[in-house]
Amino acid sequence: MPEHERPEPFRTAGSGTPLPAVEAETMGGLAGPPEVPGAPGAPQGSGVQPAAGRARSLWSDAWHDLRRNPVFLVSGLLIVFFVLIAVWPSLLTSTDPLDCDITLSQEGSRAGHPFGFDTQGCDVFARTVYGARASVAVGVCATAGAALLGGVLGGLAGFFGGWWDALLSRIADMFFAIPMLLGGLVFLSVVPSGSVWPVVGFIVLLGWPQLARIARGSVLTVKQADFVQAARALGAGNTRLLLRHLAPNAVAPVIVVATIALGTYIALEATLSYLGVGLKPPTVSWGIDISEASKQIRNAPHMLLWPAGALSLTVLAFIMLGDAVRDALDPKLR
Amino acid sequence: MRGALRVGSAFFAATAVALAAAGCGGGGQDPSVVRASWGDPQNPVEPANTTDVQGGKVLDLAFRGLKRYNPRTAVAENMVAESVESPDARNFTVKIKPGWSFSNGEKVTARSFVDAWNYGALVSNRQLGAPFFSYVEGYEDVHPEGAGAKPAARTMRGLKVEDELTFTVRLNQKFGLWPEMLGYNAFLPLPRQFFTDHDAWLAKPVGNGPYAVQSYAKGGIMRLRRWKGYPGPDKAENGGVDLQVYTDNDTAYTDLMAGNLDLVDDVPASQLKHVQKDLRGRYINQPAGIIQTLSFPMYDKDWAKPGVEKVRRGISMAINRPAITRQIFRGTRTPATDWTAMALGEHGGYQAGLCGTACTYDPAAARKLVEEGGGIPGGSMKVTYNADTGSHKLWVDALCNSVNRALGRHVCDGSPMGTFADYRSKVSAKKMSGPFRAGWQMDYPLIQTFLQSQYFTGASSNDSGWSNKEFDGLVSRANAESDVRRVNDTYHRAERILAREMPAIPLWYQNGSGGYADRVEHVALNPFSVPVYDQITIKD
Amino acid sequence: MGRYVIRRLLQMVPVFIGATFLIFVMVYALGDPVAALSGDRAPDPATAAQIRRELHLDEPLWQQYLQYMGQIFTGNFGTTFDGLQVLDKMGTAFPVTLRLTAVAIVAEIVVGVTLGVLSGLRRGRLLDTGVLVLTLVVVSVPTFVSGYVLQYLLGVKWGWVTPAVPIGAPLDALLLPGCVLALVSLAYVTRLTRTSIAENARADYVRTAVAKGLPRRRIVVRHLLRNSLIPVVTFIGADIGSLMGGAVVTERIFNVHGVGYELYQGIVRQNSPTVVGFVTVLVIVFLLANLIVDLLYAVLDPRIRYA
Repeated sequence: MPEHERPEPFRTAGSGTPLPAVEAETMGGLAGPPEVPGAPGAPQGSGVQPAAGRARSLWSDAWHDLRRNPVFLVSGLLIVFFVLIAVWPSLLTSTDPLDCDITLSQEGSRAGHPFGFDTQGCDVFARTVYGARASVAVGVCATAGAALLGGVLGGLAGFFGGWWDALLSRIADMFFAIPMLLGGLVFLSVVPSGSVWPVVGFIVLLGWPQLARIARGSVLTVKQADFVQAARALGAGNTRLLLRHLAPNAVAPVIVVATIALGTYIALEATLSYLGVGLKPPTVSWGIDISEASKQIRNAPHMLLWPAGALSLTVLAFIMLGDAVRDALDPKLR
Repeated sequence: MRGALRVGSAFFAATAVALAAAGCGGGGQDPSVVRASWGDPQNPVEPANTTDVQGGKVLDLAFRGLKRYNPRTAVAENMVAESVESPDARNFTVKIKPGWSFSNGEKVTARSFVDAWNYGALVSNRQLGAPFFSYVEGYEDVHPEGAGAKPAARTMRGLKVEDELTFTVRLNQKFGLWPEMLGYNAFLPLPRQFFTDHDAWLAKPVGNGPYAVQSYAKGGIMRLRRWKGYPGPDKAENGGVDLQVYTDNDTAYTDLMAGNLDLVDDVPASQLKHVQKDLRGRYINQPAGIIQTLSFPMYDKDWAKPGVEKVRRGISMAINRPAITRQIFRGTRTPATDWTAMALGEHGGYQAGLCGTACTYDPAAARKLVEEGGGIPGGSMKVTYNADTGSHKLWVDALCNSVNRALGRHVCDGSPMGTFADYRSKVSAKKMSGPFRAGWQMDYPLIQTFLQSQYFTGASSNDSGWSNKEFDGLVSRANAESDVRRVNDTYHRAERILAREMPAIPLWYQNGSGGYADRVEHVALNPFSVPVYDQITIKD
Repeated sequence: MGRYVIRRLLQMVPVFIGATFLIFVMVYALGDPVAALSGDRAPDPATAAQIRRELHLDEPLWQQYLQYMGQIFTGNFGTTFDGLQVLDKMGTAFPVTLRLTAVAIVAEIVVGVTLGVLSGLRRGRLLDTGVLVLTLVVVSVPTFVSGYVLQYLLGVKWGWVTPAVPIGAPLDALLLPGCVLALVSLAYVTRLTRTSIAENARADYVRTAVAKGLPRRRIVVRHLLRNSLIPVVTFIGADIGSLMGGAVVTERIFNVHGVGYELYQGIVRQNSPTVVGFVTVLVIVFLLANLIVDLLYAVLDPRIRYA
């Protein structure tokens, strides 16, 4: 099985020579201040010189790795780009996404309107650009919220076990059981604003149990690993165990699920809007446009292509980011 | 890993085989039966409890009433009735044709009607169609108005059985065109079994129409078969009808294209652009007695102020009806020029153009009128609609875009609400602060059903809370007339008041749209957008 | 182990009561069901009051809840507003959705895990990139579109399948809807497996196994896969419940008269007996699925023990 041994290309390209001693870091981390990263073969660079007497933590190691990972750089640039147009959509287009001429309904592209028009005769390009704000806000904030809440609660449940686990897990079960539609109609129809924040809050409320279960399962396995047992035997406190040993080793599944969830949350916003309880006009979002375009797929596929493409690109950026962060945190790769 | 792969390919192979097998299935269907799309009726299919189209389909197949609306012209014609006559527009004598019976052999008599009507009106039977009997004398005794009040009688004293085939009806006021209502579902006859073994009747309704119910799986399929002993003139031209519940219109349409269904009576809006290509002419698009309007909260101070009628008229003129009906509805709506519906027909009282210039798109005039009226109250408005039924979002957004463009400012946005029930509660409680969507489907082809129910002071469906003495006076005068032409003329005068005050903007008349399979012919929709099932024939 | 299972089963009681009460309150908060029953026409007040009285809607919430729970313990889930036994409705809807969910889960496991293992072992290769693109497509194209397009192509254009599931929902007719339903979860399962595999491929025991000269297949299936499955199993366990109750879109597109569809109808029409009854059963499904997942942890990783 040669390919198992081979460090994968992303990494090779990113951090120069891959370090051999794979598990040493982990074990070293348990025993005391790690000396390994400064060892021979470490890539040279300004941030690398180990400050005398100060040990670099796993987290700063990770950051160090990340900065050199092209996957991270590309995804970072993409995300910065999306945030930029979310804040200043007028940088990219001067067309008003709300100025729609019904007589141009579903027309194809033409000069000044590169992506054509939607059913209402609105400019698809302008709507895709202006849609970034609500969609990126919903996607990022809801994912961050759900991942934090779910990750922390699920991690604690897995770590402490016992009644704490029982309580948290059963609460998560109850939230799971609420049908999205019912919850949306009840919670979101009492907040009439139609702005982004209630939607974000609701998605977090709905999404955290999934991430909590993933985090709990992951912590349960990692908890049994030798290095954790060793650290515990060496007298590491709970906080130290959690932050230094469990979190970085158990976070991978949470990152994977969260990055995909980002895309599904943006789509969920569309479902909520479609049900009349999500974002309301004049707010523009990819989700709303995608769900409108869905029904016109046989008539005007271009309506779907652009907002869905923008959504894919965002999800791609975050999946890449997640991959890079996960790799940077994985001591076995070091 | 190769093991996993093998499992995977085995799974795909199994899938492919199963899919192929499924494709060849579908045998065992009686070829003389028409397979038609259906939606789950909201209530049990009791005649007086059925106010929705889906339940109406069953009643139309399995029942015949005193009168029946001509499927093409919507004119009420005698069916079970021999005659319905009155010397004074208040006391009516109903004579029934001999020889009619229910499909279980029981004769249709005067009692079949009187019992059914008394059942429908009695408050404790909680029939939604009870108000249709409100013109009969004694209605207030069986159906007291206050919530929770006990009925003082169990039968209406205005109904009297004279002999086996004759009964009399006394109304509580003059209503010359009352016999025209008798084609409505609530007035259908019922067999004894309905009263003696109600559950059995609900499980398998028994009626007196050209079809008899063979089996009924609730939420799934109702099989109706031609009743060979049907005594009426409009015998079924096919062997039967299977009404199949679909979860979605789009699915029914797809099943029609795949050849698993013979008839859909509601082509979804998203399919309209290519329906001609898909069905090669087997597409029906004809007027139905439905109008959509944009109603104003006339109970709101700002909207009811004198002078604001100019704003309301201006908004109406800012709506590009022809473009919206063409682009959004693909011709399945017709721009409205009055407050009734085209399918009502001239006999029923439809007259085009009563709204005049106020319903014609004219951005310049619209801007001027809105300015003269002091601008949109509050500076901008939200058009409220419910998001769960119909595709209201599409047209509300288009309407707002049209208004915004015409007025040159962003003043209008759609404001969806989650459920129809929530929306209706807010509308009936008169809690709207801006314009809201409204729709009206005629129950019977009389101009009265459109105008009195919605715009008469305090009427049950006067959701805008509008009140106008002159209008009320004209409506009352019209109802007392017995001559159709004079009734309609008086109502048209009342409509001109609506054009001036504009408590609701007429938007468009809705059409019925349907598609059918290659193997059936003579498919049409009646003015209530229900397919004329009994006329459908199977090609051989 | 036995005591652990019993403890978990006992925990279901408070969750069950809490969840039903929560749902009860929420349906109650939706508004007036009588308005939903009667279409565009406002019901006259006398009829509306009569309906409310017969459905106990005029009583305070806690009284309605107690009444309902009392009924449930005698095995009666109540009657829907249109006069049907909720139990009958569940009896037709749940088996259909169970079959649909089974198809989806099998697809997730077989396709998702296979793709995940392959791309995890070949990170950065063509296959891995292909799987990533597939993930992006699945996430950004709504189920409605994928479902509709597949239905149109396979059902109408090529005529391989019946596009709408007939009444009774035989298993063969559910294959396509099941696969469509599995699509989004497939993305999760694939990427979770991929990450886990890639991570564990570098673990000691794999090296040891390789060094011992074990056959490659045995290493992947017995050692690598087994140790990589915990996050995947967790996800699938949680997914069973959401697939069963949340297949609203898929069930609508393919004419599946299942739980998602009935739940949607119940919510839109504010039919509280239907909604509470269905959700109650779903809660039990959730709890059982999670219990099984927790027990599977111990099977997959013998170091995890339950006292």
